[in-house]
Amino acid sequence: MDVSVFHPMAPGPVVDRTAQNVERVSQDLRSVYRSGKTKSVEWRVSQLKSLLRITTHYEKDILEALRSDLNKPELEAFSHEVYGVSSSCELALKELHRWMMPEKVKTSMINFPSTGEIVSEPLGVVLVISTWNYPFKLSLDPVIGAIAAGNAVVLKPSEVAPATSSLMSNLLGEYMDPSAVKVVEGGVPETTALLEQKWDKIFYTGNGKIGRIILSAAAKHLTPVVLELGGKCPVVVDSNIDLKVAARRIIAGKWGCNNGQTCVAPDYVMTTKEFASTLIDALSSELKKFYGKDPLQSKDLSTIINSRHFDRLTKLLDDEKISGKVVIGGQRDKANLKIAPTVILDAPEDSLIINEEIFGPLLPIVTVDKIEDCIGLINSKGKPLAAYLFTNDEKLKEEFVRNVSAGGMAINETSMHIAESTLPFGGVGESGMGSYHGKFSFDTFSHKKAVLRRGFAGDADIRYPPFTPEKVKLLKAMITGDILGISRALIGL
Amino acid sequence: MEGHSNNIDLEMEMKELRQTFNSGKTKEESWRISQLKNLMSMLVEKEDQINLALKQDLGKHPVESFRDEVGPLIKSVNYALKGLKKWMSAKKADLPLAAFPASAHLVPEPLGVVLIISSWNFPFGLSFEALIGAIAAGNAAVLKPSDLAPASSSALAKLINSYLDTKAIKVIEGSSNVARVVMTAAAKNLTPVALELGGKCPAVVDSLSSSWDQKIAMKRILSAKFGTCAGQACVAIDYILVEKKFSSTLVELLKAAILSVFGENPKESNNIARIINKSHFSRLKNLLNDPMVQASIVHGGSLDEDNLFIEPTLLVDPPVKAGIMIEEIFGPLLPIITLEKIEDSIEFINSLPKALAIYAFTNNEGLKKKISSGTSSGSIVFNDAIIQYVADSLPFGGVGESGIGRYHGKFSFDMFSHEKVIARRSFLVDFWFRYPPWNDHKLHLFRSAYNFDYLGILLIMLGLKRS
Repeated sequence: MDVSVFHPMAPGPVVDRTAQNVERVSQDLRSVYRSGKTKSVEWRVSQLKSLLRITTHYEKDILEALRSDLNKPELEAFSHEVYGVSSSCELALKELHRWMMPEKVKTSMINFPSTGEIVSEPLGVVLVISTWNYPFKLSLDPVIGAIAAGNAVVLKPSEVAPATSSLMSNLLGEYMDPSAVKVVEGGVPETTALLEQKWDKIFYTGNGKIGRIILSAAAKHLTPVVLELGGKCPVVVDSNIDLKVAARRIIAGKWGCNNGQTCVAPDYVMTTKEFASTLIDALSSELKKFYGKDPLQSKDLSTIINSRHFDRLTKLLDDEKISGKVVIGGQRDKANLKIAPTVILDAPEDSLIINEEIFGPLLPIVTVDKIEDCIGLINSKGKPLAAYLFTNDEKLKEEFVRNVSAGGMAINETSMHIAESTLPFGGVGESGMGSYHGKFSFDTFSHKKAVLRRGFAGDADIRYPPFTPEKVKLLKAMITGDILGISRALIGL
Repeated sequence: MEGHSNNIDLEMEMKELRQTFNSGKTKEESWRISQLKNLMSMLVEKEDQINLALKQDLGKHPVESFRDEVGPLIKSVNYALKGLKKWMSAKKADLPLAAFPASAHLVPEPLGVVLIISSWNFPFGLSFEALIGAIAAGNAAVLKPSDLAPASSSALAKLINSYLDTKAIKVIEGSSNVARVVMTAAAKNLTPVALELGGKCPAVVDSLSSSWDQKIAMKRILSAKFGTCAGQACVAIDYILVEKKFSSTLVELLKAAILSVFGENPKESNNIARIINKSHFSRLKNLLNDPMVQASIVHGGSLDEDNLFIEPTLLVDPPVKAGIMIEEIFGPLLPIITLEKIEDSIEFINSLPKALAIYAFTNNEGLKKKISSGTSSGSIVFNDAIIQYVADSLPFGGVGESGIGRYHGKFSFDMFSHEKVIARRSFLVDFWFRYPPWNDHKLHLFRSAYNFDYLGILLIMLGLKRS
């Protein structure tokens, strides 16, 4: 393997070596890309097949690494990550030929006669910077798109999920084409060194603070960027609904997805003052069914990723402003990095938990007088990655869809919309820019080149000087598509 | 003019724009249509004023102004008016059977308040093309025209103030920014950015045998260099690549065409625009200063600083390391680089940063294929140049150094929209095995579900199958 593992804590010379190594990686990839190897269909198919093989043959190792990094329950790990990646590979293999086909377009009378098409071509050498909560899927899904589109790619997995990072580095190093697909492990020094190089696209998943740093670094090279960020995803719960089903779906979307450490997990719930206690009862009852009386003992909940995040979350819980407002849960186990599913009722506007992205198993419920008030409240915060609404009221659905801006939305469901490969997944405003999944991944790593073909026949002299009054008349008529005007001008009227 | 008072004014303007956007006014289809129709009235009624401003700033002939700015804008407004309803409508997305019962749609929504920073060479065209897209997509907008074209900038402000909704569309005048600075500033606010930049757009000219083809090709090349804002256009032909054996023929053909199109005295012909200002004039003059570059001039080369006029100039094989072959020329100097074989043009083009457009004049299908697949650029045009600018169905934009993002036609609408995903489910039908507590049984059901093995699911649930 070309690239060795760097210890993020080592000082001094390692940093210099890092910069040099990263520069070499970037240059090597560029020469390989220039050779044209990654553009060929055969190469793309072979790489996608290798990735699929890795995912199916090493499923056990992947599940183990995810258990080690996140204590992720096997079923979550399988359906969200392993299956997620293998289905993306399969889709890309099935559709690649269709995705690569140029799109023919109609051309107008001004350019008659001509033919036009839009051709997808790779951008070149791209950088994918991944994150820790779905370390396998969020690393490889973008890589699949990059490869399908014909690029050479560097993957920088998150050092916060070291077992998965190391496993991917080994497996990709062994089974993929190391001259065009590289993994660079490490922390801040490695990422900084990577960002100094010129890439043809950078794909980042993570938070807004780092997103700004990435965008600034990209600006120096005019590198286009996709940022998959987060935000506070609201769930609005109306009263006239099937409460049991809604409660289960909310629980599945919050605690069933990495124990709340998911960018599209419900961050907070909004409901009317009168419905709040009914909702809390339903949540409490379903939570017991899912995780038992003592959730800290349940094997079906992921743990908090590390002590830094554990402390961050307990700080939100121990905020004075919400003391006495915990209505479900609150239990924690620092040694095992576990926090039980916790619900807080009516945390004040200025409490920490209402203002920061929670990214954990704490769910505040915010109450309003009328359910319609939720819309204004949601719009007063930054645009979230996802927004959810549980209701049977058609009018409320329409208002919600029309007036709330978010990356994506689901009505009577949480999180599931991102599992569909036919839907683009991405944010807007603070929650990010760009999108991917399915063909959108292919598109995001492609340049869509416009191609216009003309012959030498049928040239209109009117385009060129010297400009006579007759030419002017005909030109105006042609550009504005004025058929009558054209005929008149041609006849000389 | 910059200053503290200007910043306060800007704050207030921004606040008003946000309020207008938040009120929902700009989202209404009726508002978008009324603004587009007003824009059309403006273009038709004030064509003379626009032509006058362009004559003052750039010495453009009114026909060139119509052909390159007003005309395309009329076309674009019509295209947007015609397409608006369809563009605004939600698109249904396919969902696989496993998601039943559910439905999903993609709904375009405006981004909010957008900033358009325009350029001086097509001050009306470039400002309004983007503005059409911003309005069609339902945004409020600030337009910052270039101060290098002051007459146009001032005319723009007046026209927008009289024809458009000033609570939603404002013009800010002042000094310019450049691309990297813009993107860096945008990074602080996580603002997505489209950058329409430039580059050295090459024209590969194959050895054309038919005299008709030659004649047409020459006219198109000249028009795309000297005939379009005197070469000061991002999509103008920057330099030519030709095979050595055809190069002297090419030079003769070009000289003859220059004579026939621009006459004996191009300056008097009134058919070529001026250089925008003294600073750019000096920049172009400097490109010719290098003695080896001077020596390569085969036609033209005369400069009139007082009138900011440069004669159409042809050069053959200036040194490739000279400024004229490294920087974007953006002026009426046309270097012709000769190669052993025309296929070598691909390597030459790839040695420079990716351009906004590549042009190739050839009837050789094999060469066309090689160029298209062997190079990357914003767009490629065969046997013509610049006209991709007026094709509504083709995306207009760069790649790499030539830019980020694309617009024109529906692409303008898309650029200023966020495509929001909406997934809907009913409360009926939930797979009971979706929820914890987890066990192997549920895992097996999941495996079957994901393989779309419905029979398998049924059998497992009936206890008739074990995995």
